[in-house]
Amino acid sequence: MESFKMALRSIAGNKMRSFLTMLGIIIGVASVIMLVSIVSGYMNSMMESFSDMGVDQINVSVTNTASRTVDTDDFYEFLDENPETFAYLTPTATVNGRLKYGNDTMSGTSIGGYSEDYLTIKGYEMEAGRNLSYSDMAGEKRVAVMGYYTAWYMFGSAEEAIGEKIRINGNVFYVVGVVKRQDEDSLEEGGMDDFVWIPYSTAGKIARTGFMSSYIITVRDVNDADAGVTKIEDYLYSVFKDDDLYSVYANSEMLDQMNEMIGQLSMMLGGIAGISLLVAGVGVMNIMLVSVTERTREIGIRKALGARRGVIMTQFVIEAAVTSTMGGILGIIMGSVMTVLIGTAIGITCTPTFGAVLLSFGVSVGIGLIFGYMPANRAARLNPIDALRSE
Amino acid sequence: MADISIAPQDDIRAKDTPLIRLKEIYKIYQMGDETVHATDGISLDIYRGEFVAIVGKSGSGKSTLMNIIGALDVPTKGNYYIDGHDTSSMTDNELADIRNRRIGFIFQQYNLLPKLSILENVELPLLYQGVKEPERKIRAMEELEKVGLKEKAKMRPIQLSGGQQQRVSIARALASRPSLILADEPTGALDSKTSREVLDIIKKLNDEGNTIVMITHDPTIAVRARRVVRIIDGKVDFDGSAEEYGKL
Repeated sequence: MESFKMALRSIAGNKMRSFLTMLGIIIGVASVIMLVSIVSGYMNSMMESFSDMGVDQINVSVTNTASRTVDTDDFYEFLDENPETFAYLTPTATVNGRLKYGNDTMSGTSIGGYSEDYLTIKGYEMEAGRNLSYSDMAGEKRVAVMGYYTAWYMFGSAEEAIGEKIRINGNVFYVVGVVKRQDEDSLEEGGMDDFVWIPYSTAGKIARTGFMSSYIITVRDVNDADAGVTKIEDYLYSVFKDDDLYSVYANSEMLDQMNEMIGQLSMMLGGIAGISLLVAGVGVMNIMLVSVTERTREIGIRKALGARRGVIMTQFVIEAAVTSTMGGILGIIMGSVMTVLIGTAIGITCTPTFGAVLLSFGVSVGIGLIFGYMPANRAARLNPIDALRSE
Repeated sequence: MADISIAPQDDIRAKDTPLIRLKEIYKIYQMGDETVHATDGISLDIYRGEFVAIVGKSGSGKSTLMNIIGALDVPTKGNYYIDGHDTSSMTDNELADIRNRRIGFIFQQYNLLPKLSILENVELPLLYQGVKEPERKIRAMEELEKVGLKEKAKMRPIQLSGGQQQRVSIARALASRPSLILADEPTGALDSKTSREVLDIIKKLNDEGNTIVMITHDPTIAVRARRVVRIIDGKVDFDGSAEEYGKL
């Protein structure tokens, strides 16, 4: 306690020197926090934009042969057998055709046949009317759900579209629902909001394909994507006995590659930040050595008055530890503020991670203790006579 | 570790046991090819209540002697007993304890810590003794009162005159209630008027029963003691009363 007070007093007595000592640590700690937090913030935002693209989705395509087939019902059965892994399923049947209402033709609208879960898989919500339903699938109903742009362009608004008639390749469909606008920035032909969904069963019938060849299956947990892929592959192999007849690809594989890249990057940056902390440590040692030399006389007086080695030692170690702890705290504050500021500037939500704060604080205190030890030891071993004689 | 737990004032021994006993003290330095005998077989007994001036020119070996008496250094050969404890084979920390509890230093340059207040300076020996607050502050304050600087307790050394600073260092020397007060050129940095004042205080301390050893190069200061020991070339050249010394 006494040594602690003495250390504080000594630091306060040499504000400039103490600040310069701390500066290295402040910069070191702040840069570690900034690097780690910004990289992880970047990663999170990347994750988010990827999950918009559906990282939980696994794309499956199959080529049915005369003897070996997997149809939609088989896939639903397969899903029911693995409820802990998989969440939703939809066949995806692209309909090549013209969309007409009255005498006008829409050329950019994407038309496809999907299950009632497609809305959930895409993460969309309804603006007006209802989503496609299971009974639409079972009954091969001629109903359609359309995008906000399509409804707006054709009928003026989402509400006005409900119940209207459209034609796809000459077949009449009734609009039962309109999806909420997705693209906040632009509303244009061929954009995110220009689509028509019809029941996959109906789509298959119009196209006369019979079997669906492409599916999207979602996993409950993104981390299970790889396991999901394996399960699907195993299942398909058990049916086809030939892995050329199907392909399974998880969207998250792209994310994995990205993660790996970011991981390497953050390790590299962390290494650089680590070096700066080490340099800060050498700085602390340097200043402490100067401080010992500068205060040789003080040490001599203290020893003459009966300070034991341990007392002198403790005084200097505590001084170094307190200096680096204070530097560490200031560094955490600076690093956190900078993290948020930079995050705001580059438009990413960056919060200083607990791990980074803990790590850099631990390292800074550790540096203080380790690099403070040597000068402290030197101080403690000074001969009181020589020390008293020095000016 | 030497037994140093007994407070000096509790040391009640026969009056004829010396407080300090130097037996054949040699301090030998090797300087290049040359061997220097800083002290060359000095034997000296100092009893409780004495006021001894050790006088000698620079290079005479009196500083080496003072370092050994002050337990700042150990002799190359010979034995030094203080309060019956032989310092010759003590470790660093044991010597520190001897200095802390048995010796009160008064230095020529006062040697006050500039960043501490007057009171904190006086507290230092008590701090190293492990005396806790508030007792430490109270005792330090008492000592400051004795040297008439109670009002300046909160000030820094630099705010005081030389004479006042030396009085602070006297208060500091007294704070641990040592067996021996060791004054190294206590007036060396003072003008003649303040020198007299400081010497008067030291003399008064002796009158109150404190044992004092004063190192000086100045014969006119030395005669203020009761006994004078003159060192020449590392040997005791004269040892007698101040009156006898004055007649030399």
